Amino acid sequence: MNLDFSQIVPYIPFMLKGIWTTIQFVIVSIIVGSILGTVLALFKIGTVKPLRWFADAYTSIFRGTPLILQLMIIYYSVPQLTGYDIEAFTSAVLAFGLNSSAYISEIIRAGIQAVDKGQMEAAQALGIPYRAMMKDIILPQALKNILPALMNEFITLTKESAIVSTIGYLDLMRRAQVVGSDLFRNFEPLLFVGFIYWCMVMVLTVIGRMIERRLKLSD
Amino acid sequence: MINVQNLYKKFGSNLVLNDISATIKSGEVVSIIGPSGSGKSTLLRCLNLLEQPTSGTVLINGVDLSAKGANIDRSRQQIGMVFQHFHLFPHLTVLQNLTYAPIKVKGLKRAEANEQAKGLLAKVGLSDKAAAYPSSLSGGQKQRVAIARALAMEPELLLFDEPTSALDPEMVKEVLDVMKDLAKSGMTMVVVTHEMGFAREVADRVIFLDHGTLVEEGSPADFFDNPKTERARDFLEKVL
Ligand SMILES: Nc1ncnc2c1ncn2[C@@H]1O[C@H](COP(=O)(O)OP(=O)(O)OP(=O)(O)O)[C@@H](O)[C@H]1O
Ligand SMILES: [Mg+2]
Repeated sequence: MNLDFSQIVPYIPFMLKGIWTTIQFVIVSIIVGSILGTVLALFKIGTVKPLRWFADAYTSIFRGTPLILQLMIIYYSVPQLTGYDIEAFTSAVLAFGLNSSAYISEIIRAGIQAVDKGQMEAAQALGIPYRAMMKDIILPQALKNILPALMNEFITLTKESAIVSTIGYLDLMRRAQVVGSDLFRNFEPLLFVGFIYWCMVMVLTVIGRMIERRLKLSD
Repeated sequence: MINVQNLYKKFGSNLVLNDISATIKSGEVVSIIGPSGSGKSTLLRCLNLLEQPTSGTVLINGVDLSAKGANIDRSRQQIGMVFQHFHLFPHLTVLQNLTYAPIKVKGLKRAEANEQAKGLLAKVGLSDKAAAYPSSLSGGQKQRVAIARALAMEPELLLFDEPTSALDPEMVKEVLDVMKDLAKSGMTMVVVTHEMGFAREVADRVIFLDHGTLVEEGSPADFFDNPKTERARDFLEKVL
C-alpha cells in the first residue's frame, strides 16, 4: 500500500472550490424542491380531485424511477426537443428540485396529517377560513413532525448530488475525477472529497439535532 | 333560532341520523342524551356543519347552512363549539387561543381582543393563566379556556359535546359551574352530556336519541320522572 497525499496538494484549491459549486447547487435544489413540495402537499390534502390526482401521479413517477435517469433525460432531451442547449447547472437543479419535491411533498403531507384532526375542527368551528387555518394553526404544528424528516432529505440530497458529475458539472465529485486522471492516481483525491462530503453531512446533522432539541423544548 | 328539518345522516350505508326534526329557541338550554352510538355527536356536528347532512335542512336564524354556496365560515362565527377533548391550540398561549379568531376573523384590534379575552378569563376563573400554554393546564382548566375561546367570538349559540367526560371527577364541577352561569346569563346552549344531574337541573328541555331516531323530548321533570317510551325507560334505568 502506498498512499501519497503530497501529490494532490497543488490541486487542493481546485477541489475546495467544488465545495461552493456543490453547496450552490444543493441550496438552489432544496429551495426549488421545498416550494414545489409544499404546493404538491397542499394539492394532496386538498379537496380538488384533479390536483390530488396530479400530485399523486407526479410523486409516483419521480419516486419510481432512478434519479440519474431523470437527470440524463432532462440534460439530453431538452436540446433534442427544443434545439436549445441546457446548462449542466440548470438541468442538475431541475432534476434534483423536481425529484426532491416528490419526497418533500410526502414528508409535508404526512406531517400535516399527523396533526390531531380536532385542531382543524376547532378552527373550523371558530369560523377561521381555510388559508388562515393552514398557515397559523395547522402548519406550525406540522413543522414539528416535518423538520427532522426534512433534514434527512437535505442530507440525502447533498450526498446524491455527486451524481451530477455524470453530466460534467464541476462539483466536488467531478473535480476529484479530474484530479485523478491528471495524476493517474484516483484514490487520494477521492478520499479527500469523501472527507469533505462527510464534513458537510456532519454539519447538516448537527443543525438537525439542534432544531430537534429546540422543538422538544417548546413542548 | 335553530330549526332542524328531516335531517338524515349516513356514513356509508350506516344510517346514523334518521329523520330528525327539532327546534331550539333563543335562550333555551337543550340537553341531548342517549346511549353510546345513538348519534348525539353527529347531530350536534350537523348543527355547525362539521358533518355534512345527507339530506334535510339546518336553519340558523332562518339561514340554510346546508344550502349550496352558503357562507359556512360566517355562520360558524355565530355558533361556538366546545369539544370533549378541548382542542386548544397547543402552540399558542391561553390569551392567544382566545384572541386569534376575534382578530383574524372579526377584525378586532389586538388591544380590544386582549381586553375582551382578559374579561372572559376572569369569568371562567383563570385570570392568572393568560400567559400559560395549554400543556401546563389541568383538564378542567383546559375546558374552561375552551369555553372562553368559544365565547370570545360572541356566538349566539354554544354547542357542547360531552364537555366533562374526559375530565377527572374532581374537575367536573368547575366546568359544570361555568356552564350553569352561562345558562343563567341567557346563552342558547345545546349540550350532549352523560351528566344526568346537569340535564335535570339546568336544561329547559331534554332530547332523547336512540339508534339515530329522536325518540322522546320534553321538560327534564317530565322526561326523568315520567318517560313516555319504553326505550327511554330502559335507558334511564341503566344510567340513573
Ligand atoms: N366519521 C364517521 N365515519 C363513520 N362512522 C361514523 C363516523 N362518526 C360516527 N360514526 C358512527 O355513527 C354512529 C353514531 O356516532 P356518534 O358519535 O354520533 O354517537 P354518540 O351518540 O355521540 O356516541 P357516544 O356517546 O359514544 O359519543 C356510530 O355508530 C359511529 O360508529
Ligand atoms: Mg359522542
